[in-house]
Amino acid sequence: MAGAACALYAARAGLEVRVVDRGAVAGGTTGAGEGNLLVSDKEPGPELRLALLSARLWAGLAQELGAAVEYEPKGGLVVASAPGALAALRDLAARQRSAGVTAVPVAADRLPDLEPYLAPGMAGGVHYPQDAQVMPALAAAHLLRASGARLHPGHTVTGVLRGADGMVYGVRTDRGDIHAPAVVNAAGVRGGELAALAGIRLPVLPRRGFVLVTEPLPRRVRHKVYAADYVADVASDSAGLRASPVVEGTAAGPVLIGATRERVGFDRSLSLRAVRALAAGAVGLFPFLRQVRALRTYAGFRPYLPDHLPAIGPDPRVPGLFHACGHEGAGIGLAPATGLLIARALTGKAPELDLTPFRPERFDTQGGNDGESP
Amino acid sequence: MTERPRLAVVGAGPAGLAAALTAAARGVRVLLVDAADQAGGQFYRQPAAGLGARRPHAPHHRWRTWERLRTGLERHRAAGRITHLTDHHVWCVAGESGSGGFTVYALRGPGQEEGVTVRADAVLLATGGYERVLPFPGWTLPGVVTAGGAQAMLKGQLVLPGRTAVVAGTGPLLLPVATGLAAAGAQVAALVESAGPAALSRRLPALAAQPGTLAEGAGYAARLLRHGVRVLPRHTVLAAHGTERLEAVTVAALDRTGRPRPGTARRVRCDTLAVGHGLLPHTDLAETLGCALSGTAVRVDAEQRTDVPGVWAAGEATGVGGATLALAEGRIAGQSAAARLYGTAPDPRRWAAADRTRARARAFAAALDSVYAPPAGWAERLPDETVVCRCEEVTAGRVCEAVGTLGAGDARTVKLLTRAGMGWCQGRMCGPAVAGLTGCPLDPGRRPFARPVPLGVLAGLPDTE
Repeated sequence: MAGAACALYAARAGLEVRVVDRGAVAGGTTGAGEGNLLVSDKEPGPELRLALLSARLWAGLAQELGAAVEYEPKGGLVVASAPGALAALRDLAARQRSAGVTAVPVAADRLPDLEPYLAPGMAGGVHYPQDAQVMPALAAAHLLRASGARLHPGHTVTGVLRGADGMVYGVRTDRGDIHAPAVVNAAGVRGGELAALAGIRLPVLPRRGFVLVTEPLPRRVRHKVYAADYVADVASDSAGLRASPVVEGTAAGPVLIGATRERVGFDRSLSLRAVRALAAGAVGLFPFLRQVRALRTYAGFRPYLPDHLPAIGPDPRVPGLFHACGHEGAGIGLAPATGLLIARALTGKAPELDLTPFRPERFDTQGGNDGESP
Repeated sequence: MTERPRLAVVGAGPAGLAAALTAAARGVRVLLVDAADQAGGQFYRQPAAGLGARRPHAPHHRWRTWERLRTGLERHRAAGRITHLTDHHVWCVAGESGSGGFTVYALRGPGQEEGVTVRADAVLLATGGYERVLPFPGWTLPGVVTAGGAQAMLKGQLVLPGRTAVVAGTGPLLLPVATGLAAAGAQVAALVESAGPAALSRRLPALAAQPGTLAEGAGYAARLLRHGVRVLPRHTVLAAHGTERLEAVTVAALDRTGRPRPGTARRVRCDTLAVGHGLLPHTDLAETLGCALSGTAVRVDAEQRTDVPGVWAAGEATGVGGATLALAEGRIAGQSAAARLYGTAPDPRRWAAADRTRARARAFAAALDSVYAPPAGWAERLPDETVVCRCEEVTAGRVCEAVGTLGAGDARTVKLLTRAGMGWCQGRMCGPAVAGLTGCPLDPGRRPFARPVPLGVLAGLPDTE
């Protein structure tokens, strides 16, 4: 997704673009995502600024691409089951409002107006109208098509080509060299490996998530609904299982329940513990789901960096190399802003927002300590 | 004496029954877990008890083998060596970390809403196969059934799917379905088989090595003749027609390259079309356990062991080959599992006869497999508007668009971009068609849930892994 957005904005900035992928379109984390475009789960700061820029860009892309990407500005609803959690949620919402987020407190007795099937007894919630959704695989495929970029699927990058002066001049793949004066690393969970091919360190690691998909249903869940604990899970550094799920209906009918957060490397095997936690969380929010059947579950791997911020921009260590990876679970949402910022950097224009927090070399200045181990 | 080891056998068809009886006879406590309310699987499917069938064996052959299996099962059940868990729909089997044992997760009850777990020291997967049906215009009309579905109606409910039937597709299943329908009183207007008679005769050496089955085939042919069924080898059904339901099919002859010969298309009136293009192995449980596959089947060694310690597999799940092969594999798997559960290496000489049967039956199955193939180029001839994925109503045109303009080059990407295979059947029905249209080999696909599971059951799982 990040690569597709970079391709689109770079092509629109007048560049000729080629997209190289070891697999197929949307074959990695994109194809395993839910398509969350969230501002609600972010603390004020650089990631929220990126998310707000992206939310505006997504609305514009949706106008252009129409229903093809299944964009739904459905809004998010965060609920708290206890007064303590509600106070923390309201406090977060107040800070988000001052950062430009629309966050509307919802009293307990008004929750059924927004979500009639929600479990009774909740303490209250906050409504975030800017939260939206796309179908990520379709979004990536249609952005790529709109970019007009030439695709090289099934090409694995095996080296970054650099001249005697250290400048990048293309990539080596298992099916031949591709020359270009600039290379954008949008390799997601493999972003660290690609950086290593260029001789530099970018500590991207996978954080596994399971998603549950139910049988198709008439629309009963209207927003993206999640419990206030979710924000704590997203920000958590814990390697253990975190499973406060986001529950939402989709245009196609199934309810999506996702996702767990676990650091277990690239292990795709079924975890019944993760699935159980998701189901329990979803049934807690929407009791009617107890009788609804899950048709499938699948795992994906979020590419995360130690400070939970992506790497976006030129790499001063390797002239000609740019990074657009490490978005963790927010890659679909943050992709358009990332693509636009990369296109600005590629064409030497001033960025829309300060790229300092996203500097790819920032982990070299922390004494090599990533703050955690995988 | 310590407690006897427990073996969970999933599936009570020929392979599962043979394995369960063999292991039980060697002192293993067997938990036979099966979705049906009676043992037998698809092959020995029994009429529902309430129907009071006077001649339940009428739609069956090899009745005596079945009687031996049934008697054996009753004896072992009475002695407490086999626990037969009927109406248990298994959705997952998981290894327990640490203990080396396994948990079988099943659903029970009329609505399959009650979660049940069964623990065992080892697992034997005899999950059978499912039918491959390739799409053609009109295949979603009421009145079009799968060949296996028609047979299940005959065997299980003692009813005919219709009055005038055409049986079509390819594979050895079509013969018994056509004779079964004819014997039960349906008029079988034609048996349309895309394989040619010459292809069959070229494989005669391998086929002749399996004289029993060949004689069986000859028996079917004689019965078809007696019922006046027109057999059309190297023909195919191009389309099914009807407004509310099926009224007729268009049948055409195929040339030597397997393409329809111009000018040979003709209409055949019928109210039932039983169609099938062979069987595919059920591998979902094995895949979730981490067992390696070979093509679309579970890979096993000479003892029917998978590459996951403690997991055996037998029958169609390890490669489609019919009941004779399934019985032989089940016997070998049962002996191997029993010996290994008692910590001894099994002696292959004890299953020498089953081993010979297995070798012959596998060679026979491979020969059949090369004979029975869908007509060449069927995917290219599919009109854009034909629905390929029934659950999500995805047409052939949308699949081709995903391949042509959105850059999908494999079945998974097609699924992501079109939703083909995301519905209730999870791509079991449309998988082969999508693979054909995409031009890639059939990928068995990952299905961690072998069947849909209520979220309430998932939420109530014991908190262990």
